Amino acid sequence: MSAAPYAVERIWDWLGGVPDPEIPVLSLVDLGVIRDVAWDGDTLVVTVTPTYSGCPATRVINQDIEQALRARGVEKLRLERRLSPPWTTDWISREGRDKLREYGIAPPAEAGRAVACPRCGSTRSEKISQFGSTPCKAQFRCRDCLEPFDHFKCI
Amino acid sequence: MSALFEFLLRMGDTTLILGHRLSEWCGHAPVLEEDIALANIALDLIGQTQLWLGLAGEVEGRGRTADNLAYLRDAAEFRNALIVERPNGDFGMTLMRQFLFDAWHVQQLKALTASSDARVAEIAAKALKEATYHLERSSDLVIRLGDGTDESHRRMQAALDELWPYAGELFLDDATDRALAQSGVAPPPSSLRARWDAIVQPALAQATLKPPESRFAHKGGRRGVHTEHLGYILAQMQFLQRAYPNAVW
Repeated sequence: MSAAPYAVERIWDWLGGVPDPEIPVLSLVDLGVIRDVAWDGDTLVVTVTPTYSGCPATRVINQDIEQALRARGVEKLRLERRLSPPWTTDWISREGRDKLREYGIAPPAEAGRAVACPRCGSTRSEKISQFGSTPCKAQFRCRDCLEPFDHFKCI
Repeated sequence: MSALFEFLLRMGDTTLILGHRLSEWCGHAPVLEEDIALANIALDLIGQTQLWLGLAGEVEGRGRTADNLAYLRDAAEFRNALIVERPNGDFGMTLMRQFLFDAWHVQQLKALTASSDARVAEIAAKALKEATYHLERSSDLVIRLGDGTDESHRRMQAALDELWPYAGELFLDDATDRALAQSGVAPPPSSLRARWDAIVQPALAQATLKPPESRFAHKGGRRGVHTEHLGYILAQMQFLQRAYPNAVW
């Protein structure tokens, strides 16, 4: 068995540079979909969990991971899907939440808290629709600055 | 055919056919937000189908993929409940069907998270998050439209009267169900009825809608005896694979 060509920490750093295809301000690591990175002999195994079971980005995410790692020189690579435990918005990193807000998407609200408008910060918001432009978002409106905005829904 | 394979087809075919029905609304819903919601729910259901039918293919062990099962079986081999093949009708009909289905789906998935088969429990835990969200929306809208204008109330009551006889099939046990219950894979369908009623009845009361008293249930879907509607759905859904076998993109 040959030694692992790269340290696992470096792989995590590289994956931290791969943007989510639908919300490119977030990296795949910020989103919390990378569940494990490990070497199986000389083969790198990256374990990925889907956000929503029908999310069309899932396939693109796998392609992007493969492309990014191959570009860094990883030769033997295997992607594995893990369903359990199911993905939760709790896994979105703190930096990821800040990035979402700056991007104009209200990050998932903590249980019992009102959704804050990503533009003016007001919590006087109302839900327009439970579904939005991607499976992970709902549509809201701010009752103070009156702007509509996306909310990354909690699951 | 093993009971587990049969069960996975029943789950996967039911989410597939409802997902396809909902996708027919794409570009036709009464308002943009509803159009997006229906398409998103369709997407969730078709995603779940990939998991159920993917596992079905694995369990069968003959090399069939989720796509093979979805596109290359004929109506008599489909195991979906009849309610999901009902035509969309108006928006009220589609919503009522969704509500009656979602209330069952959530209870079924909750029970399946304790399945003795870890693969079934995993898929159920994933799908439950999505189904819970679907039920929130459909019950909310059924209440708003039932207890809405005269016109919306009339349409919701008509939808309930038409769909009620198709809901009962979800709670009928057969030999496959009994085998699955015995091995702890899935709950007997009849055990979900009281929990379903506990969701459906209060919501309908709040919506000022009255369910028919009869418990008569159309049945057959879960053993492959379908209404004529399924054939039309399959003709459209399977057209490409039938006309261009093995086409991929």
